[in-house]
Amino acid sequence: MSTELTASAAPFDDYIARFRPRFYRFVRFAIGPIALFAIWYVINAAGLVDQRLLPSPIQTIRSLVRTIGNGSMLMDVGATMYLVLQAFGIGAGLAIPIGLLLGSSEKVYRSVEFLIDFFRSTPATALFPLFMLIFGLGDFSKVSVGAFTVWLVIVFNVAHGVMNARQTRILAARSMGASKWRLFKDVIFFETLPQTFVGLRTGVSMSLVVIVVGEMFIGSTSGLGHRIIDAQISYRLADMYASILISGVLGYLLNYIFILIEKNLIHWSGR
Amino acid sequence: MNAVSELKTDQPVMKRPGRRGKIELKGISKQFTGSDVYRDFDLDFYEGEFLSIFGPNGCGKSTLINMISGLLPMDAGSVLYDGKTIAQTNISYVFQNYREALFPWMRAIDNIHYPLVLRNIGRKEREERIDKLFTEFDVRIDLNRYPYELSGGQQQAVSILRALITEPEVLFLDEPFSALDYEMTLFMRERIQRIFMSRNTTMILVSHDLEEAVQLATKVLLLTRRPTRIAELVDVNVPWPRNTHTLTEPDFVAIRSHCLDVFSREVARGPRA
Repeated sequence: MSTELTASAAPFDDYIARFRPRFYRFVRFAIGPIALFAIWYVINAAGLVDQRLLPSPIQTIRSLVRTIGNGSMLMDVGATMYLVLQAFGIGAGLAIPIGLLLGSSEKVYRSVEFLIDFFRSTPATALFPLFMLIFGLGDFSKVSVGAFTVWLVIVFNVAHGVMNARQTRILAARSMGASKWRLFKDVIFFETLPQTFVGLRTGVSMSLVVIVVGEMFIGSTSGLGHRIIDAQISYRLADMYASILISGVLGYLLNYIFILIEKNLIHWSGR
Repeated sequence: MNAVSELKTDQPVMKRPGRRGKIELKGISKQFTGSDVYRDFDLDFYEGEFLSIFGPNGCGKSTLINMISGLLPMDAGSVLYDGKTIAQTNISYVFQNYREALFPWMRAIDNIHYPLVLRNIGRKEREERIDKLFTEFDVRIDLNRYPYELSGGQQQAVSILRALITEPEVLFLDEPFSALDYEMTLFMRERIQRIFMSRNTTMILVSHDLEEAVQLATKVLLLTRRPTRIAELVDVNVPWPRNTHTLTEPDFVAIRSHCLDVFSREVARGPRA
């Protein structure tokens, strides 16, 4: 009888043992955000900051739920994402092949290195007026600034990935008689992938930044940037804070998606 | 892994075909940053030999095999394998750093397939050739794993299998066991001997371990300091296979200490201008 008892208890213990670490991990993860909301709540309740400048977190969350519920928030998220992905897609699509080409000849890369570093160091937003002159006031001028920024950071990372490829692996493939093309496609491309992903991840974050800023200042009628500035001007502060929160969530998720892809695709990285 | 006891002492003596081509290194010169590493370096030996290269630090052992395997261009000189150039000869190369020589994005088995893929050999034939090689060497590694999931010895074994799958005429080994522990090193030396005894492959080994250099070689090439010349080319006439007992037998010890004398003499000379 007693053995039966322990036998039936065991699976439950296993269950606890399996989920306890996950539970603790979740608690550690949640401590920061919960603390932020708690401090926010206390500051607001104690009236430490003018309530007209800082609505309570509950008002903000209520506004968030309402705007998600009536679809207006998701429309703006959709509009922003549409531009972010365009900018990222165009930038990355042009950057990867060009980065591979530039990186494969160190001499060529050195000759354009200064230009790439210079424009990488230039604030992307400083380019808006120029791109508005060239591409007009529509969405495409935002996309083009975004794409240009994304392109620079990815070209930089891909080219450096190629130049820092492990020489032994290249020699190994050459000793087997690999042609230049095979060497490139079978070895150097894979060698470059971890560094390429650093570029892609940085690029997608920068794309979001540029598009949101663009939506604030280049005649937009939708998008998170437009929503934030609009809420500020018309003094709907709960909506403004809610939109800022959503922008943060969006940026975090984009980054997280790339980390997930990276982990699965580049399983050998760092091993 | 009971590596050492796996040695079979009743292996037949090597069978070598009658005619053996010559491998000729002629007038090889190489400079690094203006100073001579090699100047007019000549060496002749025969196909089917096991040549170990040993010499003082920095004398250019790896530089030499990189040049004669075609991985590093030489400033002047030529290498002919039975009259053929390197490009016309089927060679393979095993690197010291297996971690950086295997392709970590491919499973171990695909690493072994790869040299055959480069030769446009169809999957069916590749699998047949790999099966044959595995039966010959009794491979006990889980080859569906990625290289980084294997132990160091297993990774180097995969490198060696990848090198052998093309049935090379010449196999270059650049300090292949220097990153392995001693037990694994002894085991791998035994494996390399079996490969050498069962095929006509010419082997060229760079080693920083004199015991290893002598144990595996038919000829030990002892080098001087830079600019590097031949200090001596020592024949190793000790019966095969050479197991751990061989390492303490008088004949072996005599050759080894002779090599050590030559080496010490060269080291004592100090760097030459």
